[in-house]
Parts: sequence; structure tokens; C-alpha cells
Amino acid sequence: MHEMSLCEGMRLIIEEQAQAHKVDRIARVRVELGRFAGVEKDALSFAFDIVMRGSVAEGAELVMQDLPGRAMCYDCVREVEIENRLDHCPFCGGGKLMPIGGDEMRIKDLEVA
Amino acid sequence: MCTVCGCGESTVKGHSHDHHHHDHLHFGHGPAGVEVAGMSQDRLIEIETDILTKNDGYAQANRAALSGLGAFAINLVSSPGSGKTTLLCKTIEALGDQPLAVIEGDQQTENDADRIRATGAAAIQVNTGKGCHLDGHMVGHAMAHLALPQGAMVFIENVGNLVCPAAFDLGEDCKVAILSVTEGEDKPLKYPDMFTASRLAILNKTDLAPHCDVAMDLYEANLRRVNPDIEILRLSARTGEGMQAWIEWLRRNLALKSEVKAAE
Repeated sequence: MHEMSLCEGMRLIIEEQAQAHKVDRIARVRVELGRFAGVEKDALSFAFDIVMRGSVAEGAELVMQDLPGRAMCYDCVREVEIENRLDHCPFCGGGKLMPIGGDEMRIKDLEVA
Repeated sequence: MCTVCGCGESTVKGHSHDHHHHDHLHFGHGPAGVEVAGMSQDRLIEIETDILTKNDGYAQANRAALSGLGAFAINLVSSPGSGKTTLLCKTIEALGDQPLAVIEGDQQTENDADRIRATGAAAIQVNTGKGCHLDGHMVGHAMAHLALPQGAMVFIENVGNLVCPAAFDLGEDCKVAILSVTEGEDKPLKYPDMFTASRLAILNKTDLAPHCDVAMDLYEANLRRVNPDIEILRLSARTGEGMQAWIEWLRRNLALKSEVKAAE
């Protein structure tokens, strides 16, 4: 969806953090991505390499970790984990699921080189 | 330099009809044809659009400004061609002397803002360049130029796109998704995020339903499949059928917002 702009946001955050911690080289960037965040991992990885050029994270490795999609089932009133947006409730089979998590996109930590 | 965020990059174009001066904002004039809030355009060479953390900050500032005015703002989202602008023109007519303002988002042209201004309403056009959605930064600029009155209804017509605008908070009270009956009953299933993010879905162009073999109830079932909480209204902006319920929905929500403001 917005892989280039996400990386641009990441670059700003990484540069700020590097400056604050007085480091000039980042070797690894770990991000957490919810299943419903709409992020295409291949596109993010491609964009990351391009966007980080000339920054403290140029050439850094991008590590992407999945976070589960979570929803509230309106039929059995359980909080459930689902793989896909249109999945049914794994407990009761109901189809009224309101997403309540899984749209996260955040940098977890930075590894200094 | 702008007073919203201190940036010096966006340009404001005045027009010959000078009662609406400062009514057209251009973004996306960096080398990549896109706008990144809070960044020097020199860095835009290999960059696409905005930044969510920055965006959320701008959106919160917009939300605070709107709350301070007791204004109710909706973010109108849809596919291109769902009838957003026609619905807005008819809505403005029906709202009579209600103070309101419109922020129009499109990649290019000032056509939509011109259509809104023809109704007598204040409107500002935001051109996003190659950008596929409005963001909090753009809307902050637009709000500053509109000088919103107390207790206003603010209509933000997003770029016609059912994907990206779902992720970008503008500071609005809620998103309203517009779906025309010709688009196919499974559209909410194909683009669930936008309908999950919306409080209300409007099924527009109901006057066309008898001509195109649509199952109206299936639209509603599919909307509730991706968002069990969604409110749904059926209407035809062209014939006026169902418009009254929509106008009442708007007035009710503005009144609720004003009560919150008064209680503070």
C-alpha cells in the first residue's frame, strides 16, 4: 500500500534516534507488522533498501515480524485471532467479526553497527 | 512560510474570483511528485508519500481545532465516480443556512471545488499531485485557509480511492463511505479496510437499482460482514429519495458534537 512512505517515516525516526543516541551506523532494523496493516513485505523490503540510501541505515538489514490479526466475534463475544479479514470465528463459526488489532506498523528496535 | 506546520513548500494559488482567494492548495511538487510532511523536498528523490507518525500528529492538531469550534467533520471516502460531489452539492442545498465548508481532494483540477462553490458554499481544492489520498498535513493547511466558523459542518471529500485513504487519519470525526449501487455487491468484501474504518455507508444512486440487477440487501449484508457496527443509508442524490435521513444523521451528529463542546 504505502511501502515507500512507510520507509520514509522509518528513515526519519531512525535518523532522529541515531542522532539522539550519537550513533552513525545502524546494521539492522526490526519492524512489527500486523496482518491487517496492508503492508506488502516484498515491496517494503525493496523500498527500504532504496529509501535508506545516504542515511545511517544504508545497507541495513530489515527484519519484519508478523503480529496476528485480532477481532471481536459479535456472536460468541470472544476475542479471536484470524488469518484473513474475511475468516469466520474459529470458535462459533460466526461471520460478524470486528477487527480490533493487527493494523500495527512499528519499528521495534534498531541494531547499532 | 506556513503557520500550520512551518513548512515552506506548498503553494497557494489565488484566483480571479477574489472573494475566494487562497482557495487552492497544491502538493506533490517535489521531484517524485509527492508530498512528505515534515521533510525537505530535496530528500524526495526516491520517496513516495507521507509518514504515518507525522500524519497522526497533524491529524490530532486538526481534531483539536475542530473540537474547539464545536465543528463536526466527516471524511467522505469512495471509489471514483460514486457520486460524492453530487451528493455534497445536494446536501449543501438541503442544509440551508447551516454554516459549513468543504475541502475537496483530487489529484488534479479544481472542477469539484468549482461545483461546490456554485452552491454558494465555501470550498477549497487540494490537489495531491500524484498522491493517492489526503493527509493530515494537507487538511491542516486547508482548514487554516477556510477560517472555519463556530459550529460548522466540515465535509472533506477524499481522493476517490478505496485503499489508501483508510490508513490516513485527517482529524475527522468519522469516515463516511459512499458506494453507488452499480459498483457490485461484493465491493465491501474486496476492499474491507475502508468499510471497516467507516461509521456510515451510503448506498447512493438507488434510482439506478431497478436497471442494473442489484440485490440491495446483499450490499448491506456484505457491509455488515466487514463491519458489524456500520450504519447504512440508502439514497439517491439525484432524485432526493432518502436524503432526509442523511440530513438528519448529519444534524444529529453535529448536535452531539456541540453538546460535548458545551459540556467542557
